[in-house]
Amino acid sequence: MKPIRTFASRLVGLPVDDVDTDQIIPARFLKVTDKEGLGAALFADWRYDAEGRPRPEFPLNRPEAEGARVLVAGRNFGCGSSREHAPWALLGYGFRAVVSTGFADIFRNNAVANGLLPIALRPAAHAWMLRLALEHPRVQVTVSLERGIVTLPDGATESFPIDGFDRECLLQGVDRLGYLLGVEQEIGAFEAAYATGVSTLPGASLR
Amino acid sequence: MDGSPRSRTLFRKVWDAHLVRDETESAPAVLYVDLHLVHEVTSPQAFAELRERGLPVRRPDRTLATMDHSTPTTPRVNGRFVIADPQAAAQVERLAENCRDFGVPLYALGSERQGIVHVVGPELGLTVPGSTIVCGDSHTSTHGAFGALAFGVGTSEVAHVLATQCLLQRRPQTMEIRVAGRLTAGVTAKDLVLAVIAHTGVAGATGHVLEYTGAAIRSLSMEERMTVCNMSIEAGARAGMIAPDDTTFEYVAGRPFAPAGAAWDAALERWRALGTDAGADYDAHVTLDASHLAPMITWGTNPGMGLAIDACVPRPAGEADVQEKALLYMGLRPGEPLLGKRIDVVFLGSCTNSRISDLRLAASVMRGRTVAAGVRMLVVPGSQQVKRQAEAEGLDQVFLAAGAEWREAGCSMCIAMNGDALSAGQYAVSTSNRNFEGRQGKGGRTFLASPLTAAASAIAGAVADPRPLLAGWEKA
Repeated sequence: MKPIRTFASRLVGLPVDDVDTDQIIPARFLKVTDKEGLGAALFADWRYDAEGRPRPEFPLNRPEAEGARVLVAGRNFGCGSSREHAPWALLGYGFRAVVSTGFADIFRNNAVANGLLPIALRPAAHAWMLRLALEHPRVQVTVSLERGIVTLPDGATESFPIDGFDRECLLQGVDRLGYLLGVEQEIGAFEAAYATGVSTLPGASLR
Repeated sequence: MDGSPRSRTLFRKVWDAHLVRDETESAPAVLYVDLHLVHEVTSPQAFAELRERGLPVRRPDRTLATMDHSTPTTPRVNGRFVIADPQAAAQVERLAENCRDFGVPLYALGSERQGIVHVVGPELGLTVPGSTIVCGDSHTSTHGAFGALAFGVGTSEVAHVLATQCLLQRRPQTMEIRVAGRLTAGVTAKDLVLAVIAHTGVAGATGHVLEYTGAAIRSLSMEERMTVCNMSIEAGARAGMIAPDDTTFEYVAGRPFAPAGAAWDAALERWRALGTDAGADYDAHVTLDASHLAPMITWGTNPGMGLAIDACVPRPAGEADVQEKALLYMGLRPGEPLLGKRIDVVFLGSCTNSRISDLRLAASVMRGRTVAAGVRMLVVPGSQQVKRQAEAEGLDQVFLAAGAEWREAGCSMCIAMNGDALSAGQYAVSTSNRNFEGRQGKGGRTFLASPLTAAASAIAGAVADPRPLLAGWEKA
């Protein structure tokens, strides 16, 4: 996972509220056994027509979207299915951050686990940045995870909240499994003291 | 636990009992997982992560896999399942390989216990009160019906649980959903939860664990409670829970993996103490009265866009953009009634409504009636066990005689990645949980409703109120 620190990028505006993960990547693309190549299927049903040709009016298909790493979506992003293919597809396309007013819990966890930065702005700032993305798609903003701010072209800054632990993982580009493996001794001690009689499965007899 | 209040909610008791390490400002809690359910779609990359790091599955005896999402539900050919899609076949085979290599128990396609992961856990007695249950599937909230803390996770977290049996979690907020009164005839648990989501909206419960309380919840059967908890995620909630009671204990007793003998008595004593203490606080509250609810149906493209079945499609107001976009996709006009809207497909199934009581309910109105000409109805039992039970009761014959299809167990048209899908433009009344654009097939249009409403609509060939079909029904 690539660390995130400070980067400058143009914005792609997607003025749709309540974008669910079925739109981010439809279920028919989930029959894979790896994470590769999902960027091509990002927003597939909105991005391509019935013959599979790019719809020119869809924001990701406009020439100025090329190379942009920040998606500014409508309010409440990522609800629905737990599919981690959603952040895999967003990252596969080239995004490093998504801006909204808020994120569904599972999507937020999945995003952070993969180095995709969820930026939740207060509603007025969000509305302003979405308008900026739609009306001035060639301007650049600077995202600083160290400082927890987005700097706008006129030098104004907008701060966003991020959990301290998530921030460290993103800054260092490390995933949480390493941390959990480091808790091994405590997990073992917990299990040894854990005699609350919850069923376990006698593995081999189940087939 | 330090910092835990003296009067605790059901959620807080289960949370506290599973803390390997409490959260601090700088790090989330380490939460122990009692049961990890696994399926073919969200696990291959997690097993690959373990292989890459040379790690074993820490507790195969707390892990159970089955196949449901990408598996076909078409009838077997000479007793064998045929997966026509090579990519789906490879994914299913990968799960079998991973389970073999890591020693994880698996109910594969062809097993007598295969089925939708959230139907299989409860029916085997693996889902028990007070436990923590996770799965790489958002509808894991289903298991909260037993007073378990159960929630969906992503594939990275599937790898965490496979390797360490733990998750890193911040403690969520709590929200009480108090439902007073009693459901009236023809109004089901599905209608109740659709009404809850219409009230909260799709993000109204983000960051919260719901606890459903009140007389209406107490009077629900376990299968009805599962339907309610199943859709908690559609309100944005992390999980939904119901305090266990005698209804719960009766359901669990005697199931294959349920505690037995002295272990049962000990379990029962613990489970009886799980309910929320008098004086415990929730962070938020919602109150509804079940007595006033009608059968519900969704008109739009998220599960929060629901209304009483005899209401008209709303005029966009407030967040008008979202509603206008939904109306355009659904091909509906504001002010148009939904009753009588012609449909093409009826889907009875999914982890929301594919249990034996759901099939019985639908069969009760379909007996001696037929599916309208031009309408395709799929009846997809949630598991092989449900399928056998339905066949023993002759329900399959009721559906077949009515002209419906009787299928193998699986997620089927709820997720439309297994060969069962709507065509572009088709309308469906569906007992599943999501009406998102394209959810049931690219361009397909979904009305979410109860099994009763689905059955009545299949007969009418159009969206229909099931109540006039009920025995002894007289409109007041």
